[in-house]
Amino acid sequence: MSEVPKSMSCAEFQAQLPDLIGSGESVGEHPHVKECDLCRELLEQLEAIAHAARQLFPEVEPPDELWEHIKSAIKEDEGGKDQPST
Amino acid sequence: MKGPDEEVSGTEPVELAVGQSAAAKSVSVRESAATGVPAELLERAQAGDHRAFAEIYSLHKRRIYSLCLRMLGNAAEAEDLTQEAFLQLHRKIGTFRGESAFSTWLHRLAINVVLMRLRKKGLQLISLDEAMEPTTEERPGRSFGTDDLSLTGAIDRLALQRAIDDLPAGYRLIFMLHDIEGYEHNEIADMLRCSIGNSKSQLHKARLKLRDALRVHSRGEGR
Repeated sequence: MSEVPKSMSCAEFQAQLPDLIGSGESVGEHPHVKECDLCRELLEQLEAIAHAARQLFPEVEPPDELWEHIKSAIKEDEGGKDQPST
Repeated sequence: MKGPDEEVSGTEPVELAVGQSAAAKSVSVRESAATGVPAELLERAQAGDHRAFAEIYSLHKRRIYSLCLRMLGNAAEAEDLTQEAFLQLHRKIGTFRGESAFSTWLHRLAINVVLMRLRKKGLQLISLDEAMEPTTEERPGRSFGTDDLSLTGAIDRLALQRAIDDLPAGYRLIFMLHDIEGYEHNEIADMLRCSIGNSKSQLHKARLKLRDALRVHSRGEGR
């Protein structure tokens, strides 16, 4: 993590937050987060939301008849290829 | 992608190539075997064996349908897009060269189908200017003062689902691609033809909007 001035304000930190989160580094280790309860709480909440969102979308089975539709579409597609081009 | 065996080259083209040379059909046996799709099965499908293609459908239908459902939020459209994705796969499977895992390649193909549909619907996938220039209400300072926030404990799933559904389309798309589908910002930037900074910025705004929506919800609950 790059060196940051200790006097970094919340506004400055939050302006950098999109980059920090996207950097792959642990934002929780950022000096500002360590000394600022508000920004630490914000970060925890954003992480909690992302985590909760991932649980919202389990994988589901498509309806059985979908394969029949796909087969028909493929058949039609292949039939179209056989048609002489005009 | 963040999952195992899911490395995507940042230079992989967004639009999958069509009509490549016969050389493109030579599949790396080792790579395809490592993806959970037996190389022999893949080769048969590439050679036009319908039974092999049906097996590939069985192996991947859940993942692709779920992806379409998440991205569109509508079962009928998800079925339609799953069908389109597998039709595209049938047309293009011969161009798979094993440069990435087959499942990654197929996932990306399906994402492209979804994006094409969203564009067709006239959806602005990303707002370049807005994303780079925060509006007054989106300046960082608005995140201050979390004293009225009660997001502690379990997040209300229904409220979160509603908040995600209510996100502006561009924000929702990036949130889904990054936080749910696991794509990195460079991949999203590639898919949506925007800058990496833009992708990061929009994701952050999406998360802040979700947080705000949950705050409103929890304040309402507390009354």
